[in-house]
Amino acid sequence: MSILVNKNTKVLVQGITGTHGAFHAEKMVEYGTKIVGGVTPGKGGQKAVCDVPVFNSVKEAREKTGANASIIYVPAKFAIAAVQEAVDAGIELVVCITEGIPALDMARIKPTLAGKNTRLIGPNCPGLITPEECKLGIMPGYIHKKGPVGVVSRSGTLTYEAVWQLTELGIGQSTCVGIGGDPIIGTNFVDVLDLFNKDPETEAIVMIGEIGGSAEEEAAEFIKKNVKKPVISFIAGATAPKGKRMGHAGAIISGGSGKAEDKVACLKAAGVFIAPSPALLGVTVRDALKKA
Amino acid sequence: MNIHEYQAKDIFKQYGIPVASGRLAKNPDEAYAAAKAVFTPGQIIAAKAQVHAGGRGKGGGIKIAKTPEDVKAFAEKMLGKNLVTPQTGPEGKPIHSIWMESSLGLKKEFYVGIVLDRGTCQACLIASSAGGMDIEEVAAHHPEKIVRHFFSIQTGLAKEDALKVGAKLIEDEKYQKQLADVFIALSKIFIELDVSLIEINPLAIMDDGKLLAIDAKINFDDNALFRHPEIAIMYDPSQDDTRETEAKKFDLSYVGLDGEIGCVVNGAGLAMATMDIIKYEGAEPANFLDVGGGASQEKVAAAFNILLSDKRVKAILINIFGGIMRCDVLAKGILQAVETLSPDRRAQLDRTPIVVRLEGTNAKEGREILAKSNLKLFSVSDFKEAAKKVVEELKKVK
Repeated sequence: MSILVNKNTKVLVQGITGTHGAFHAEKMVEYGTKIVGGVTPGKGGQKAVCDVPVFNSVKEAREKTGANASIIYVPAKFAIAAVQEAVDAGIELVVCITEGIPALDMARIKPTLAGKNTRLIGPNCPGLITPEECKLGIMPGYIHKKGPVGVVSRSGTLTYEAVWQLTELGIGQSTCVGIGGDPIIGTNFVDVLDLFNKDPETEAIVMIGEIGGSAEEEAAEFIKKNVKKPVISFIAGATAPKGKRMGHAGAIISGGSGKAEDKVACLKAAGVFIAPSPALLGVTVRDALKKA
Repeated sequence: MNIHEYQAKDIFKQYGIPVASGRLAKNPDEAYAAAKAVFTPGQIIAAKAQVHAGGRGKGGGIKIAKTPEDVKAFAEKMLGKNLVTPQTGPEGKPIHSIWMESSLGLKKEFYVGIVLDRGTCQACLIASSAGGMDIEEVAAHHPEKIVRHFFSIQTGLAKEDALKVGAKLIEDEKYQKQLADVFIALSKIFIELDVSLIEINPLAIMDDGKLLAIDAKINFDDNALFRHPEIAIMYDPSQDDTRETEAKKFDLSYVGLDGEIGCVVNGAGLAMATMDIIKYEGAEPANFLDVGGGASQEKVAAAFNILLSDKRVKAILINIFGGIMRCDVLAKGILQAVETLSPDRRAQLDRTPIVVRLEGTNAKEGREILAKSNLKLFSVSDFKEAAKKVVEELKKVK
């Protein structure tokens, strides 16, 4: 098993006729993801890359294809409208890759998702992958391998780094989820930890955090109360100065909170294994699995 | 994006927040004329260096002057210099203008600010009767003096809630109402202009009983500037690290630090992790530099040029995990960058050891391109080994 996506997930690509949308749609098809349609208003009836049919709206695409997931490559100015459209069409899983969405737009839309049928992942995220079944994102597929470790992360390339270390050690992954680097995101650490905790085939969880906000502290509290599986973590940005935004809009230390050392202390207190260096994530997982 | 105090006060004025009328000066003569124009007998002149940093008073950037001559002398001393405050780092920020206001004494000072709360997706109004001080200090030592009120971005701050916060700060009902009006105006600016942080410290009751915003700070959400062109033009590149300004032109994410190992990385998380691992191996990073997910050759070349223009950089670590970015494109970008260097820079490059770690998409092709070049590079495939190697090479050249 896995979480959120598997070989039966039927995917729509919103913005499939754009450069990024087309490029990644092709990569996802190559990986074996079931891409059932694309959406670009005004281009309905056309064929996109890999002969994927294009529809004018998510609603129409869902009705004609039975899609239950959507991935968004729409430019930042229009991305929130694209998310709203997918939510209104009742798509169960919406992954927003787009970077640069205004924080207040996310603050407006997120409360409206409560009680709806939709889970939003991102924005500003690499997406998620269940190895050898479904790649719903922009990560390089070949670095992944099927197995027992769930990975959840606020980062993109640092996740690839961690996954690569695992794969090199022969440790596969159940599902890898990039939740995104923005201050407000649709799905947070706790949501994904809960799913991994309930997934019988996930035996250990890797959580990659970074400076800024308090998502790691909330995750630590959740782990302490609920998670019996080993959790391994690394927090990026221990050397980051205060008040400087480190690329991600969410990665900024302000007002004393959000520091890497505070997050590490909370996670340690919750029994989480901490990789002291980002290069030691793989071996820390291997050792934790041996102990378990 | 930050703006200057005088710009923020102009926005305050448009939203009805009481501010003193002031004048801006860019040279000592202008400062003298402006000081004369604002000077009111029996009052003092507050002359304030305009830089994007807090703690200006502690850094000597604020002069309480008694005469226009005092202001002129202050302007002569400050303009064109860099102001170092506890928040600027050792280099400080350049002073290109001075803002002047005529002022009475301050009878009572408040702090008020609004930020976005990630957890609740609401705005949080923070207010305190202990104004004029570092609010983080107040929060640490006197948390009881801080009032927090959350409100919806959709509906804004309600009048009755604003009044309740006001009532927690002062007993006099007249001031409760005036404070509430300020809170509501701030909430409107926050929501309408896509603000990340807005602050008045202090908001003061003056000797004549009037309420005035003495300072003004607004930080805008960069991601929303596309819908506020009138704000975007207020950007003052002189207040950013020159390396950061240069990086911005090429859409690179760069933060200058004080170490000696320059980093070129793709992705923010990996870039932070690369800084961390350098420290773990016993050296200090010179920067955070994220070339982005799908960086072009031009971007890579620009990144390389920025690193070489930094005199602190004694060794370079390039760490790329190719996903969207192909390692062969990166390798070509490095070679292209080297081609465009001036002879001086090129000589400098030859003295700078470079460790390259390529992994992911087309890593093999990328490594081959670099191996064939005549550059003195150390190609290492492992993350940890790469960090170790660059620290080792740094020690050799130091």
